[in-house]
Amino acid sequence: MTASSTSLRTLLLGNRFRRGLLKTVYIYSALFVYAVLFLLPFYWMLNTSLKEPLRVFQIPPDWYPNPVVFRNYLDAWVSDRTDIAAEIPVYNYAKNTAIITVNGVIATTFSSALIAYAFARMDFPGKQAMFLGVISTLMIPFTVLMVPQFILWKNLNWLDTFLPLMVPYWFGSAWNVFLLRQFFMTIPLEYDESARIDGATHWTIFSRLIVPLSKPALGAIGVLAFVFFWNDFLGPLIILSKPQNFTLTMYLANFSVAFVRTTPWHLYMAASLTIISPCLILFFFSQRAFIQGITITDFKR
Amino acid sequence: MAATATAGRAIRKAKAQETITAYLFVAPWIIGFLLFIGGPIIVSFVLSFFRWKIINTPRFIGFDHYVAMFTTDDLFLHSLGVTFRFVLYSVILGNVIALSLALLLNQRIRGIGVWRTIFYLPAVVSGVAGSVLWAWMYSGELGIFNNLLIAVGLEPQAWLWDEQLVLGSLVAKSLWNIGVPMVIYMAALQGLPQDLYEAADLDNAGEWTKFLSVTLPLISPVIFFNLVMGIISQIQTFAEPYVMTKGGPANATLFLGLHLYENAFHFLKMGYASAMAWIMFLIIFVLTMGQFGLARRWVYYEGQSS
Repeated sequence: MTASSTSLRTLLLGNRFRRGLLKTVYIYSALFVYAVLFLLPFYWMLNTSLKEPLRVFQIPPDWYPNPVVFRNYLDAWVSDRTDIAAEIPVYNYAKNTAIITVNGVIATTFSSALIAYAFARMDFPGKQAMFLGVISTLMIPFTVLMVPQFILWKNLNWLDTFLPLMVPYWFGSAWNVFLLRQFFMTIPLEYDESARIDGATHWTIFSRLIVPLSKPALGAIGVLAFVFFWNDFLGPLIILSKPQNFTLTMYLANFSVAFVRTTPWHLYMAASLTIISPCLILFFFSQRAFIQGITITDFKR
Repeated sequence: MAATATAGRAIRKAKAQETITAYLFVAPWIIGFLLFIGGPIIVSFVLSFFRWKIINTPRFIGFDHYVAMFTTDDLFLHSLGVTFRFVLYSVILGNVIALSLALLLNQRIRGIGVWRTIFYLPAVVSGVAGSVLWAWMYSGELGIFNNLLIAVGLEPQAWLWDEQLVLGSLVAKSLWNIGVPMVIYMAALQGLPQDLYEAADLDNAGEWTKFLSVTLPLISPVIFFNLVMGIISQIQTFAEPYVMTKGGPANATLFLGLHLYENAFHFLKMGYASAMAWIMFLIIFVLTMGQFGLARRWVYYEGQSS
């Protein structure tokens, strides 16, 4: 709305428009207040991470770093820590998290797509009951499963390896199966039928037709899975015990333990910001995929 | 005759083939379910009747764990209470904020992508990183919150060390992560039919009336969905108390998940932890079913006679 059209409309519409203007002011100020509240923690993390060590402990704290110390980001990763974890280079944690995340994203997307294909495009006895089974497992929290799963890993001698954090995700996840099934159902069935007439197998239809047509949905599942695996904490926490197997979130949770006296918050914040940055960057570049992933289901149905 | 019989056999054969292929496609789910979900659930049910600390042989003790949970273990009921209060406040307040943000963003405003990014962003921050950050913001003399309070002439608070305040502090942190329900509300609001609003305009209905009598009934299925998902996710809260408070002070933030984790992996009481997990599962089951029951009274589905 430009200024001239604003005044014109005020002339024409008078009070009614003034009420509209008041509403606009009200909406933007509410959004602004909310935005400040939501961004404040990020700002505080950035601010602290760039402060000079001594200034971190200054009361009252500075609202901006002066001088700006980028070195903190280096120190956060190679500081003179005192614990056993000190001997492990930090890229090792990053490597562990990366292995688990990459496997998880591929595994859960691929296997869930395969399973969802059968539920969306094929007919077989017990389909309805089985799908109901998929839906009902959505309710089962990990906390309920972690003890018996832990016993399983122990008996398989898989504790303190990445296998428990990698293998189960090749068997589909209920939520992703559900979302992908919903999406696959929106693709016209005639496509499959004409491919069938041409002699295509289900695998061909799946890999050559459904998967390419579902790239946005698969991408959406993929980015959400990336964030899940990158951020997972309780899973690795109960499985991994040798420091060289730790993931980034475990490292972060143990960070302050390593320092005898006070927590060096500037380093802690620098490490935190570095660790969350892949998810932030991914989100900035694929917002659409995130939004689609969350809203794939049509609630009216 | 012979021709039709052959054709019939061919069709039946094709059908059998199709069924086999379909089962191959869903095989990962069936195997995964048996190994990692169904099997473990049965194992944990059986285990809950045994005393087992991993190194010794399991000993059958009947319902002792379930009895102990409600009699000798003072902390179980306490942690249940802590979790309930947290879930109640964080889900209700979280949905109020998520919906109000979605309503604001549903007005004709500029830069909707930027606003949405700002409000969604905390949702991609891990529980651990977010908890570390909020613990720092909540710290005594150095924390931003206390310094803001001092700046406006108020008393600083012991956010994470005050038994009365600490749960509220964790609820406040959880309100920072409302990106997912907000985006779901936004999508729902965009899909609302405009004709009902035009009809309301003709009746000179105010904004508030339109919200109460058009928007709210139409999005009630989405509210219901967000409440169910919110409860299931918040009841599992773990990283926040683990990182920020370790369950303290004086167990004021001993969440069910944390209590279960400590019993299982610190005290190695596998049987007892299994019994607790089962109770937790039952609670979620009852809550969800209860919500479905209640939903019939307040959720409005289009095309369904009232």
